[in-house]
Amino acid sequence: MAKTTTAHGRLERAGLSDEQLVAMFRNMLLQRQLDNRGFQLNRQGKIPFALGSEGHEAIQAGAAAAFARGRDVLVPYYRDLGLALGVGMTPFEILSSLFARRTDRSAGRQFPNHYTNHDLGVISISSIIAGHCTHAVGVAAAFAYRGESGRAVLCTSGEGTTSEGEWHEAVNYAAVQQLPIVFLIENNEWAISTHQSMQMHVANVADKAAGYGIPSAICDGFDPIESYRAMHAALDRARTGGGPTLVEAKCYRYLSHSTDDDDRTYRTREEIEEQRKLDPVPRFEAVLLDAGVLDAEHAKAMRQDVLRETNEATDAAEAQPYPDPASLYSNVVAGDHHPWQEHT
Amino acid sequence: MATSAAAGRQTATDTSVMTNVEAVRSTLHAALVRDDRVLILGEDVGARGNVFLITKGFLEEFGPRRIIDTPLAEASIVGVAIGMAMEGLRPIAEIQFADFIYPAFNQIVGEAAKTRYRSNGDYTCPMVIRTPYGGGVRGALSHSVSIEALFYHVPGLTILAPSTPADIKGLLNAAIESPDPVLFLEHKKTYRSIKGEVPDGYYTIPIGRADVKHVGTDVSVVSYGYNLHQALDAAGRLEGEGISVEVIDLRSIRPMDKTTILESVRKTRKLLIIHEDNKFGGIGAEIAAMVAEEAFFELDAPIRRLCGPDVPAMGYALPLEEAFMISTDAMVDAMRSLAAF
Repeated sequence: MAKTTTAHGRLERAGLSDEQLVAMFRNMLLQRQLDNRGFQLNRQGKIPFALGSEGHEAIQAGAAAAFARGRDVLVPYYRDLGLALGVGMTPFEILSSLFARRTDRSAGRQFPNHYTNHDLGVISISSIIAGHCTHAVGVAAAFAYRGESGRAVLCTSGEGTTSEGEWHEAVNYAAVQQLPIVFLIENNEWAISTHQSMQMHVANVADKAAGYGIPSAICDGFDPIESYRAMHAALDRARTGGGPTLVEAKCYRYLSHSTDDDDRTYRTREEIEEQRKLDPVPRFEAVLLDAGVLDAEHAKAMRQDVLRETNEATDAAEAQPYPDPASLYSNVVAGDHHPWQEHT
Repeated sequence: MATSAAAGRQTATDTSVMTNVEAVRSTLHAALVRDDRVLILGEDVGARGNVFLITKGFLEEFGPRRIIDTPLAEASIVGVAIGMAMEGLRPIAEIQFADFIYPAFNQIVGEAAKTRYRSNGDYTCPMVIRTPYGGGVRGALSHSVSIEALFYHVPGLTILAPSTPADIKGLLNAAIESPDPVLFLEHKKTYRSIKGEVPDGYYTIPIGRADVKHVGTDVSVVSYGYNLHQALDAAGRLEGEGISVEVIDLRSIRPMDKTTILESVRKTRKLLIIHEDNKFGGIGAEIAAMVAEEAFFELDAPIRRLCGPDVPAMGYALPLEEAFMISTDAMVDAMRSLAAF
């Protein structure tokens, strides 16, 4: 693991201001709080399903800090809660989706963590692994076609996704056309129950970049500042005509794949305990306290504020109505097409 | 083989005579000139100008960012086009032969057709997927298939299969204008064998409208593609026997035109559906079910289907191909026997 502090306790901050560092930390706290809220609501029988991204807080806070809001486009995957929050989605939006309420952007259609927000440049995704990667390339191709320099696409996925043919097709296409895109692989070692060692015969996902002739980087996905540095460099390269980059962030999935999964059937408690010792949230807090960017009182107040925000968003979302069953037939296509057309 | 003239549907008086393949080419060219959101991507569409030379010269005229020779990977051809469409462009993706569309099935069915629905309209997918389909050209197992039945089950997808140059122009323009994904099927055997008059200037034909290509009173025939032209020939031959056959060109496979089919069946009281695609679970099954539900008591005979055989594909050997393809003689026999029922 790379160190975020020097022997003298001075922070290697990668150009990030105190404000940015604190915002990243708050994002990590909010992600964890909301993540746990999803599992709690499921265990309370209030929502049918939730997905966890615990262990991904640091890479996502770092990636979100490197993302240029209003310019870049995010094509996420379903374990990107912190990234979704970090680019501007609200806890109320997330909880409206968890509760499948009318106020959800998809009006209760999408599975939890399948974000969409056109205003923020967050593209709608399906659950079909790697299905979104070529869409991300298409967005990057549109930027290139229109000559919009200074814009990049961030396409994220887990390491299991890189086994899919469509992931290969996406990276290859982007490489051939030298498109402004960053493929971020959040490598948490597990694709549901299948370990990385059963997905690929290389030690690092980043090793695959050589096959496409594009640059790659590996970062400590538990370290938000190092993650930011890697993502900032890659996105900057994309925005300035340098083509695609493959970034691999080494992290870990602390929770089961979802509320429907039981990870005791395929991995040991000891393995998780070892990884818990490296938990990025308390570690980053310690770094910020050590560097004097944050004091203990401020940290405590932030935790309380994040809990309050989560509670308020939970209550507000739960109070919203379900979608009208009649909405079932809207937005199949534009207007009023039915399989059988009648006319006069 | 004659095609019906476009006259009667258009107000334009100036027309040009062209083949189906020329209609595709000229419509694409005009779209590129008219709308800078339109671009073409696919295998060999650039330097080669498409394997049927449909896009010949486009690369030189419009440049490599608009006429894109993609890697040989169908899922990414459609997937990249989806991303372009979500980002505001109007991509036209080409699958070189319909037989090669299977690797892109997920992108078409799982992604393009559901983009608007799953985001409740937050994102849309206005794109066209063009592909040549159909047999009778010695294309063997993997350059001859019909694919429409594999896709017409899917809500959110529009499927068009026009058969004449005038319809190709009007419906390809409508497809490019469509705010949703369109699968645009072009029958290979009609590319150069079918010629007809095409109105000059820009026009569209509404999606979801069939067209009565030959008016008759004894039997209604619904068909599309290469078979449509054979059915018109067969109807012409039967006129000499005093049998009056109405031939409906389906043109739009999803959505399908209920009004035109029912009006015709209520007049003739007899229905024959002809398509080259396999019979089992084919387009004809859906039409037959609809007519049975809506007009059962107005029928004077059982609904008949004359379709491709239920085998995996047509063979390379000429006798195998001929045995697969529906002959015009078989159509004449089917129409005659139904008229006599």
